[in-house]
Amino acid sequence: MTTPTTLLSVGNVTRRFGSLRAVDDLSFDIAEGEIVGLLGPNGSGKTTMMNLVSGALKPNAGTIRLAGEEIAGLPPNRIARQGIARTFQLVRVLPSMHCLDNVKAGLGFGAEPTWGSAADSLGEALLQRVGMAHRCWTLGKDLTYMDQKRLELARALALKPRLLLLDEWLAGLNPSELVEAIELLRKVRGEGVTMVMVEHVMDAIRSLCDRCVIMNAGAKIAEGTPAEALAEPEVVRAYLGDDAHA
Amino acid sequence: MTIPTRATLLGVVLLLAGVIGFALLPSVVGGYGLSLAINFLMFAILATAWAMFSGPSGYVSLATVAFFGIGAYTVAVLGEQLPWGAVLLLAAGIAFVVALLVGLSTLRLSGVYFVIFSFGLAELIRQVVNWYESTQAGSVGRYVFLDITQEQIVWQLTAVLALLFIVGWLIQRSRVGFALRMIGDDETVALHCGVNITLIKVLVFSLSAAFMALVGAIVAPRWTYLDPSIAFNPNISFQVLIMALLGGARRLYGPLLGVIPMVLLFEYLSTHFPHLFSVLLGVTFLAIVYLVPHGVAGLIDSYVQRYRARFPGQPAQQEGAS
Repeated sequence: MTTPTTLLSVGNVTRRFGSLRAVDDLSFDIAEGEIVGLLGPNGSGKTTMMNLVSGALKPNAGTIRLAGEEIAGLPPNRIARQGIARTFQLVRVLPSMHCLDNVKAGLGFGAEPTWGSAADSLGEALLQRVGMAHRCWTLGKDLTYMDQKRLELARALALKPRLLLLDEWLAGLNPSELVEAIELLRKVRGEGVTMVMVEHVMDAIRSLCDRCVIMNAGAKIAEGTPAEALAEPEVVRAYLGDDAHA
Repeated sequence: MTIPTRATLLGVVLLLAGVIGFALLPSVVGGYGLSLAINFLMFAILATAWAMFSGPSGYVSLATVAFFGIGAYTVAVLGEQLPWGAVLLLAAGIAFVVALLVGLSTLRLSGVYFVIFSFGLAELIRQVVNWYESTQAGSVGRYVFLDITQEQIVWQLTAVLALLFIVGWLIQRSRVGFALRMIGDDETVALHCGVNITLIKVLVFSLSAAFMALVGAIVAPRWTYLDPSIAFNPNISFQVLIMALLGGARRLYGPLLGVIPMVLLFEYLSTHFPHLFSVLLGVTFLAIVYLVPHGVAGLIDSYVQRYRARFPGQPAQQEGAS
């Protein structure tokens, strides 16, 4: 693999919970501008890996570098300021604040904080970008599930991230919402945001991802384009068991 | 933009009117009126300072009296040795530092654990002072003989309340206040948006503690005799909590709306039912939590919201209600 410029470099990272190795000596690189899918059966350590990159968890061993700078073990607020934004597996919006304030939450404390009237207009532009311009004054708790997901994305983009982590951002959507959501991600991708997405929706992975990293039991079992990686016998075995040919 | 400006203007006018009113009060009312005014001002500052931190962050503190008592004891110990201004600054400074240390170690606790810890902290400080006074200083009580009149207490408290409103207003519209609201809504989100949540929480908690200590220091001369069970009386923490909740802790002016009726009610209860005071305090607490969970200010907000929903299309911030 020749990657032009490596944005994120994960090297021999291990994270244990008691005697369980949730992430076990895992290494992979993400190039600038790439969209990489992080896949694997349930419990294979994908979300743990996302939490290690975003700082919610600290690794027991290994290195995580963002554009050459070590970020492993830093608190999440420092990592957010370095340029990594995330969405959550169970969607999280600020319930008592209206949508514009939810986006300003992402604008006000990042690497280049924006505040005041500049933040208002930037916030409105971001809401428009995710198709929620008409929802500026709606409270976070009053939104539909799909709109909460959009809002979460707008808040993450407000940080002007170099790297965006999407943890099952497409999960739980109905088929028509899914089409909309994939279209939205394609738009964001067109603006040159590097993304790592944990996802189970294969259609989305095939249409959006340049590359996949597939995990099982905390370790990487395959890597490559979605078609290549998903066809690996090891991957088929991980998902379907040993008698998959039967 | 017209709405915040009009509200700000109204706030400034009310603040000035209040300051002038309290400044002129001593020439109008007698001793009883003054003592009622002191009670009112004292609880207004305590409840507003409490709500400045606990309102947006959702961290319910029962340590109010710990900082209040620190202020009172600073006066009892140093009141005669230092100039008055220095004593006040020192009282605020000590409370700020204590709150800083306590905050750093406990604001990582969430929800009910913080409530219990803050209550325990106030008791702990009371017991330590008790122990020190009885074993080291020789006597549990102290006398405060300072040449400070009731009028002067009213004036000082008025100045502190005005300062608190200005500080509270500045915080509310700053990024610090915004971050505190984010923390109250979802700490994890705040953290992943780049907010240094520990710094924000400890900073505002300590600032509110400094104001509480100022109150304790200013009203201490009124007692002449002071012991730990007076200065660190846990009832004060609960009364402040009830007042702030009744008024509404999410608005700067909210606690004030709770302080006015409550000071009068407590005055009535403690003169007419002195033995049942704690019981009635508890009943009041229950009634407020059941009947007005978001306080009077919350009621006002929901009426405004309903009014806007019925008559849409007037001021700028309309869309939310539709």
